[in-house]
Amino acid sequence: MSEEPIKNLTFNFGPQHPAAHGVLRLVLEMDGEVVERADPHIGLLHRGTEKLIENKTYLQAIPYFDRLDYVSPMCQEHAFALATEKLMGIKVPERGQYIRVLFSEITRILNHILNLTTYALDVGAMTPLLWGFEERERLMEFYERVSGARLHAAYFRPGGVHQDLPKGLIEDIYEFCETFPKFIDDMEELLTGNRIFRQRTVDIGVINADEAQDWGMSGPVLRASGVAWDLRKSQPYDVYDRVDFDVPVGKTGDCYARYLVRVAEMRESLRIIKQCLKDIPDGPVMSQDHKITPPPRSEMKYSMEALIHHFKLYTEGYHVPIGETYTSVEAPKGEFGVYLVSDGSNRPYRCKIRAPGFAFMQSMDFLSRGHMLADIPAIIGSLDIVFGEVDR
Amino acid sequence: MLEIWTDYAWPLIWIIIKILLIVIPLLIAVAYLTYAERKVIGSIQLRMGPNVVGPFGLLQPFADGLKLLVKESIIPTGSNRVVFILAPMLTFTLGLIGWAVIPVADGWVLSDINVGILYLFAVSSLGVYGIIMAGWASNSIYPFLGALRSAAQMVSYEVSIGFVIVTVLLAVGSLNMTDIVLAQQKVWFFIPLFPMFVIFFISGLAETNRAPFDLPEAEAELVSGYNVEYSAMSFALFFLGEYANMILVSAMTVILFLGGWLPPFDFTFLYWIPGVIWFSLKVSLVLFVFLWVRATLPRYRYDQLMRLGWKVFLPFSLFWVVVTAGAIVAFEWYPK
Repeated sequence: MSEEPIKNLTFNFGPQHPAAHGVLRLVLEMDGEVVERADPHIGLLHRGTEKLIENKTYLQAIPYFDRLDYVSPMCQEHAFALATEKLMGIKVPERGQYIRVLFSEITRILNHILNLTTYALDVGAMTPLLWGFEERERLMEFYERVSGARLHAAYFRPGGVHQDLPKGLIEDIYEFCETFPKFIDDMEELLTGNRIFRQRTVDIGVINADEAQDWGMSGPVLRASGVAWDLRKSQPYDVYDRVDFDVPVGKTGDCYARYLVRVAEMRESLRIIKQCLKDIPDGPVMSQDHKITPPPRSEMKYSMEALIHHFKLYTEGYHVPIGETYTSVEAPKGEFGVYLVSDGSNRPYRCKIRAPGFAFMQSMDFLSRGHMLADIPAIIGSLDIVFGEVDR
Repeated sequence: MLEIWTDYAWPLIWIIIKILLIVIPLLIAVAYLTYAERKVIGSIQLRMGPNVVGPFGLLQPFADGLKLLVKESIIPTGSNRVVFILAPMLTFTLGLIGWAVIPVADGWVLSDINVGILYLFAVSSLGVYGIIMAGWASNSIYPFLGALRSAAQMVSYEVSIGFVIVTVLLAVGSLNMTDIVLAQQKVWFFIPLFPMFVIFFISGLAETNRAPFDLPEAEAELVSGYNVEYSAMSFALFFLGEYANMILVSAMTVILFLGGWLPPFDFTFLYWIPGVIWFSLKVSLVLFVFLWVRATLPRYRYDQLMRLGWKVFLPFSLFWVVVTAGAIVAFEWYPK
């Protein structure tokens, strides 16, 4: 009798799978419980964002950025706003810059809560998720108070932010900063020292520093591998050069290090938020050039020019000088970049979006090879993949 | 004619009445265990839990049961129909028959057999068949992997449960459940045999596929494990069987280590409270820990679970059997 080669088991992980974080479809080739090959299939959430933006004015493009990575909307608006500002050469008033940094960091916490707690859920711990959502709800309320929307804020606009902070918000955010560390401590109590959690995450999905750079990783994933690379430090935008914060760096590059880096980042974000709250100056929140930003309502009542500006702004939009730029921000997940080409019209000629999650997705195969099936959700969770931005 | 009545018919009717007296409270307990689980985990997670159907949501388990009852049972085309239908029945039956030998109070037992604990051990070992059959008959990958995991897991932990039972037997000198309880009149066994108590409880978690050992139904990996393809009443039977098993393992813990129906202290007035109340209280306490653990801990990975079972629990329980036996011989603590 001749020996028959044993065929590996092909396992379809997703797209409708509770741990697939959206619509990830992984085709796993498995030898029993051990994964031999992981083949990520993407594109199930493709909406053609980049092409749609080519047919919208610069202002109309903003909401599309909320819908990319829908757990950290404002950071992505930030990238597009910065890119447009760079092409047009406008400066944002200081108060506007502070508000942007403030809300970027709120967004970072918003994202990290969701990621860490769902990651814990994927390895079987349910409770942090429910605790985290309580806190997340409070942050969403800040979003709502400042922009009117809980999720798709469209708050950061080229030239500043849309509205000033409502009365009392600064005090409430401060109060949040006081109580939030309690949640982090509680969560860490359940996870950081937990033997099972550590067994599930230590030495799983290890990326060393070189590999991480080769594969185009960024953000917490890169930092967990021991590379101290943070765009907020290396090329500060807005007022990041004026706030004092540390960049947490991991050593081992495994799932556990990624978890620790994110926890530490939440604490650093709180530090930044507190400084912003303290230092925020008075003044306008957006550029006073009313060819780019809408004039105040009150002015429109008597000023013909303001009325024309308003009308032109919301119909034709503004023309951006010919040029191109790659502008990136340190989004919660990593380097989120916008490559914007302008042909001088009121619409972008091309808007290429660089999403951090896409780079993480590529590494799925070599990260999961040789690990067990149960490690796949842990790896996906620790990479922090959101399909809105991977598929765009 | 009268002879037929007294010798055959009446004993049969009497035993059926007794069975019903066990099964109906058990099923109600199962229903309210699901309610308790949702309430307890709800309050741990800062939520309300069920609170709409009936006062405090107390009718929720029945609403759920009714929903499952009237739904359509779907049998996948590729499945093995007979085994597919048989599996949930087997799981459910095994969850119930173990109760035949559980004494809930002094003398309150369906059959006071002398090999009670062995019978229980056998019944709980058979539990794995329901899951394997379900996983295999579904002819689908997720249930199949779930079934494989569950088979390996239950077999591994049964070994250490076996040794735990042996130590208790050494201390009691009988396999009869009532004798085991009565031997704890002076001191409950969880004090002298504390390490075994812990091992038994943890193995019990693994045996009933509860968190942190709920690998066969790990939702993050296997969606829902062996019962993915099941719906309606066949799913409900798995569910009922699983929860009945949880109660059974808790009852075993109570009988082996927590003094069964005996009150916590040997005072006369405590004996005024009926044994069945003490028994239920203790079982509820153990069940609460089951739920508490579920809300707190992440899930083990398959190989880690095996390592824990074979490399930690097995050697340790074996060692403790020797220690217990040695102590009994050395100090002449022979059971009477």
